[in-house]
Amino acid sequence: MAKPKVITLDGNEAVAHVAYRVNEVCAIYPITPSSTMAELADQWAAEGKTNIFGEVPVVVEMQSEGGAAGAVHGALQTGALTTTFTASQGLLLMIPNMYKIAGELTPTVFHVAARSLAAQALSIFGDHSDVAAVRGTGFAQIASGSVQEAHDLALIAQAASLNSRIPFLHFFDGFRTSHEISKIVLLSDDEIRAMIDEETVRAHRARALNPDNPFIRGTAQNPDVYFQGRETVNPYYARLPSLVQKTMDRFGELTGRRYRLFEYHGDPEAERVAVILGSGAHTLRQTVDFLAKQGEKVGVIQVRLCLPFSVGHFLAALPSTTKAIAVLDRLKSPGALGEPLYTDVVAALAEAEASGLLPAGKRPEIVGGRYGLSSKEFNPAMAKAVLDELKKERPKNHFTVGIVDDVSHTSLDVDPGFDIEPDGVVRAVFFGLGADGTVGANKNSIKIIGESTDLHAQGYFVYDSKKSGSRTTSHVRFGPEPIESPYLIESANFIGCHQFSFIETLDVLAKAKHGAVLLLNSPHGPDDVWDRLPYEVQRQIIDKALKLYVIDASRVALETGMGGRTNTIMQTCFFALSGVLPRDQAIAKIKEAIKKTYGKKGEEIVRKNYEAVDRTLSALHEVKVPDQATGTLKRQPVVSEEAPDFVRRVTAMMMADRGDELPVSLMPADGTFPSGTTRWEKRNIAQSVPVWEPDICIQCGNCGFVCPHSVIRAKFYHESRLENAPETFLSAPVTAYGFPETRYTLQVYVEDCTGCGLCVEVCPAKSLTRSGVKAINMRPNDPIQEPQKANTRFFETIPVNDRARIDFSSVRGAQFLEPLFEFPGACAGCGETPYVRLLSQLFGDRLIVANATGCSSIYGGNLPTTPWTVNAEGNGPAWSNSLFEDNAEFGFGFRLTADQHLALAQRLARELKDSLDPELVDEILAAPQLTESQIRAQRERVAKLKAMLLKRTDDKAKDLLSVVDQLVRRSIWTVGGDGWAYDIGSGGLDHVLASGRDVNVLVLDTEVYSNTGGQMSKATPLGAVAKFAAAGKTVAKKDLALQAIAYGNVYVARVAMGANPQQTLLAFREAEAYPGPSLILAYSHCIAHGYNLQHGMRQQDLAVASGYWPLIRYNPALRRSDRNPFVLDSPRPRIRFKEYAYNELRFMMLSHTNPRNFERLMEMAQQVVDQKWDIYEEMASRAGSRFHPDASVDLP
Amino acid sequence: MDLKTRYMGLELDHPVVASASPLSETLDGIRRLEDGGVSAVVLFSLFEEQIRQERMAFVQLMDHPSESYAESLSYFPDVGDFRVGPDSYLSLVQRAAEAVDIPVIASLNCVTGEGWIEYARQLQEAGAKALELNIYGIEANFDVSGREVEQRYLDILRMVKQAVSIPVALKLSPFFSAFGHIARQFDAEGADALVLFNRFYQPDLDIVNLEVAPTLSLSHAGEIRLPLLWIALLRGRLKASLAATRGVESAVESAVEIIKYLLAGADVVMVASALLRNGPDYAGTLVDGLRDWMDQRGFQSLEPMRGIMSRAKVANPGAFERANYIKILESY
Repeated sequence: MAKPKVITLDGNEAVAHVAYRVNEVCAIYPITPSSTMAELADQWAAEGKTNIFGEVPVVVEMQSEGGAAGAVHGALQTGALTTTFTASQGLLLMIPNMYKIAGELTPTVFHVAARSLAAQALSIFGDHSDVAAVRGTGFAQIASGSVQEAHDLALIAQAASLNSRIPFLHFFDGFRTSHEISKIVLLSDDEIRAMIDEETVRAHRARALNPDNPFIRGTAQNPDVYFQGRETVNPYYARLPSLVQKTMDRFGELTGRRYRLFEYHGDPEAERVAVILGSGAHTLRQTVDFLAKQGEKVGVIQVRLCLPFSVGHFLAALPSTTKAIAVLDRLKSPGALGEPLYTDVVAALAEAEASGLLPAGKRPEIVGGRYGLSSKEFNPAMAKAVLDELKKERPKNHFTVGIVDDVSHTSLDVDPGFDIEPDGVVRAVFFGLGADGTVGANKNSIKIIGESTDLHAQGYFVYDSKKSGSRTTSHVRFGPEPIESPYLIESANFIGCHQFSFIETLDVLAKAKHGAVLLLNSPHGPDDVWDRLPYEVQRQIIDKALKLYVIDASRVALETGMGGRTNTIMQTCFFALSGVLPRDQAIAKIKEAIKKTYGKKGEEIVRKNYEAVDRTLSALHEVKVPDQATGTLKRQPVVSEEAPDFVRRVTAMMMADRGDELPVSLMPADGTFPSGTTRWEKRNIAQSVPVWEPDICIQCGNCGFVCPHSVIRAKFYHESRLENAPETFLSAPVTAYGFPETRYTLQVYVEDCTGCGLCVEVCPAKSLTRSGVKAINMRPNDPIQEPQKANTRFFETIPVNDRARIDFSSVRGAQFLEPLFEFPGACAGCGETPYVRLLSQLFGDRLIVANATGCSSIYGGNLPTTPWTVNAEGNGPAWSNSLFEDNAEFGFGFRLTADQHLALAQRLARELKDSLDPELVDEILAAPQLTESQIRAQRERVAKLKAMLLKRTDDKAKDLLSVVDQLVRRSIWTVGGDGWAYDIGSGGLDHVLASGRDVNVLVLDTEVYSNTGGQMSKATPLGAVAKFAAAGKTVAKKDLALQAIAYGNVYVARVAMGANPQQTLLAFREAEAYPGPSLILAYSHCIAHGYNLQHGMRQQDLAVASGYWPLIRYNPALRRSDRNPFVLDSPRPRIRFKEYAYNELRFMMLSHTNPRNFERLMEMAQQVVDQKWDIYEEMASRAGSRFHPDASVDLP
Repeated sequence: MDLKTRYMGLELDHPVVASASPLSETLDGIRRLEDGGVSAVVLFSLFEEQIRQERMAFVQLMDHPSESYAESLSYFPDVGDFRVGPDSYLSLVQRAAEAVDIPVIASLNCVTGEGWIEYARQLQEAGAKALELNIYGIEANFDVSGREVEQRYLDILRMVKQAVSIPVALKLSPFFSAFGHIARQFDAEGADALVLFNRFYQPDLDIVNLEVAPTLSLSHAGEIRLPLLWIALLRGRLKASLAATRGVESAVESAVEIIKYLLAGADVVMVASALLRNGPDYAGTLVDGLRDWMDQRGFQSLEPMRGIMSRAKVANPGAFERANYIKILESY
């Protein structure tokens, strides 16, 4: 037998490797954390890799998981071996088809990277909420607890499904297993083949729909027979457990890796037993081993086949000595008697006792508990707490572990000092930035060690919640024995701090073990660094006897042409210091890996990396650690003392990576959080920031208009306000006429800036005397940060300009509107957020936003801090995210309420008019609310009314008070990306647009699924490369504008602020003013387009100039007066499509993978642009009467 | 009438050759040049530096946003054979060599030794009939002497000659202190042709925006003087073929510059600006103009007329030298 192939990969790849080989069709929809499985399958198909049947499987991306499940069902019904990969809400969308697939006894395996469901909040992280929610579908459920298991059980499930005809849901823990990199033994194709009985494949095909052997499946059954029909399947389920065990046994014979339905681990005479499934089982196994060695009678049962639950197999696994059982579920079923595994075990033992399988009175005490929701840590200390609890006479039932529950007091106490990590394992924790390549380098190190030595390796990576300046923490283990520690490192013998600023702000040494090595990337050399360390850090270094090394990796990177990428350098240092491999061998291996990674992409990249490696060791220095902590620096508080109580007590904890310590009582019960918390999170992530030159500035407002993070603010004010201004505070006379003694200031909030540079790109004002100097220029942040902080604070004391005095119709005027969306965690240079900010500026104080899941819901609503904020009066956008697929309907619901409650308020006001103030009520009811001053006046009137109502005690007045706010016109917007609008939410959006109701829709069109990492959507342009369109998209982008225009009563605009900010502004205002449905399609440049986003606005301009993105407005209001409602706002194309497209990697990639297809698709893309332009031009020149009339406005 | 000429061993139907220009960037453009009547085509240059920059940019754009955020660990598909390199250029050479009957000469501009060697080989393999080394650079490093620059040129030539078997031409700048001396060294090192002269990137200044403005204007007739001078001086002194480039444009007196260059001693005359201005068919007009002139003068083939105005053969050779300069000054 050939030597088994050992490989390091993550759980997703381990599963996809098998699923790809045993299926013919794969229909998917991207969803975290499962997307990688489908992406790999797509990649392999593109590379022509075959399955074990010698065919290249077909991999298709659908418009939603519902669609994917439908396609899977169809492919299965016609005889193809078919699979899908999904998670969370995605799995929920598959439920209807899962019932069908199971009801028709159709073999298939769905592979699920199990993830939390959106409840009080969305979470992308792992637990078993999703799989528990589909327990009724008829799918068998099999759970894996490690990367190796996930690899193996994927095959076992496939074989068992084909044999039994029962569909399987194979799941493993999202992120913890799906994203953990581990060294595993890879199944060979021969082994896979040996497990799949070809007869079962042929039988599956024989059951397929086939006109040569016609039958009907999918009938409607009635009360007479449906019930019986449902009971027909019992024997199939009854024999399944034994069949699965047999399949496992056969697998064991083939591979030597043996699995049980219920795998017992521990003392054969255990008295206390935990029951668990998924990765937590491995934590418990380790803990049990440790405790058993100390003489404790403990054990654990790892459940693999959890549905159907075989009482017999369970009993066989349970030691007869068991006195108490703790069943652990990784989900929450509010209101239920217990979570599913617990109730299964309780029922199993009750049934066993009732049926005599278990001697009467021998039933152990059973308690259930919850752990690990949303990837909450489950470590040996927590496992021990559970086993310890069973020692008690009355162990706590329905407990929780891993949190502090001070509300229902469910939580178990955990001893944080309990450490069972075996000696001989190198445990390294690295703190880096997303941008510095730390994670990539660590993955690389794991591959090097895992695949070229006998050592075992494991890597798990934690990312923060921001997309710009994001921080990464890598947990990496190396050791001589297989590493089965699916939890974060609590006691590290190596700490790599790849950014010096972290040591000043974070407790990076909290997990450092006594005597550990601290490697610090420091601009300060070995002689100077000590004094630059905060006192607390010095103390930790001395107390823990850490060995401190420094390297100025940023300088080495700069000098070797690596830019900001310090990854290779820090990786080399790690190898040099950790001693995992002999130094020379390690360096040779690093170079080999560099060659492998970049060899194809160019020698110079390899050379630069080599040079960086070679220069590293001479730049690495040990620091002599003094005996005394002498530091005068103190770690700064996380948030300012001025922050509100909630922010200081709750938000700040999350910001400091201490959210795990927050007790239940401090969390809002219903997911409601205060607005405007990003302002308290001063991230200081920009190396360079814009600096204003008042003398050059023409006060046009363009810079603030495009700023993705709302860090450029403008105000005008009476010059007397400058009296107490800091010395460095800048101002200029207002350039407009009619503002005597008025100064203008453009303030940059440097602490919140991401340094994207978009503002400088769009600045039209250049110095007349200094080459290259504009009215705003990027300058190093460090020297100006402190004065600018003071300036910002002073700027905030200047009142925001009165909205009634501002010209809303110009970009110049709009700069004075206060943004009520600020400092989001979006990517530096984001193309979406400027539109979102504009929305908040124009309508923020009466805005209600339904936000589809995606980038905008993440930067809009991901904790710890959120950007939607309030003005000085306390008004501001009300924001919510429901789901991905339902956003148009969700926002539509807002409209229905608004209309209903407005009518109610009006009726009650009329009824109460005489007892209130008749004149005031009449004014309120008749008030026009189109302009800002009209709205302001109405606000004041409603405030008066409110004051009167507050004094009243009668029911009618109280009723009116409960809806009185609706009398100020609300601005209802549904906001989302193209994945929502073009794909998953397309049907709902279409319906809402067709409703005629006043709902405004803003589509932030990045032409790709940005949030989940660049998958194709129906907005992706022809010729662009995206995941699932690796060979270039061959279908042109859907013209959503024309679709909406076809209804005749929808206001439609296509905008690109980089091309024409004025048109964008106009479109937003027209859309909002239009009393029916409105749709704005906003060109949003994106990191997934592949260019430096500093040039985002220029690309927008080129997209318009080429005719690819024609600026249009379709205003049904014009049609009413017989004018042409279709206005083409952009001039005729003046450049070719390629002059726009060739600047972007998404198009250019194809030129290097398939030049001929590239040329072909680019030519076709030009044709599409030309033809589309012709259509638009024709429409723009039609008579108004040739457009649909709008029936809704002509009601008699 | 026989207009045939030999250029670094290539038999050409006539001496009008398309030099590197945007016209040769696509297969269609190359076909149009052939249809327009050029006898050979020099492709636009393959710039190693551009490839390098593109590679760096691609790697950065692919890698840098990755591994930063849990939901989007990458933004682009991992395409197995993704390669940023000269592939599209090589593919163009290959397709052009298959599609047209005239010789396709590839043009190369590299910045590293391995670049020159590797790309030259690849271009030969792709089917280029000859190579033109577009050695180009403004030596902004004040520590580098003229001698060192010359040596670099010679090294490049040697490396490429060793790497390939097809003829190799050098496209040169006129800015050598002693051009004749270095030309002879190139000749001795085995250059199959010298192409005189490269046009330099000479940026302008934008006085409105206070920016350096990259400019590239088409050549004009006045520019022929310098190449004309050196072709006349070199004719008969080297084994290498001589190609003239720059300044062919006159639409009124058709082919006048072609004729001048041939009289000075060029083996071929390369044309870009005239074809860009007037379209590829203009090559035919130039050939016709040459033929008419030869007809009027009674030349039946190129050989008798080539180089009759070179320094070696002209009636007053001093006119090519300093005396000529003095004479012009005196005439004021």
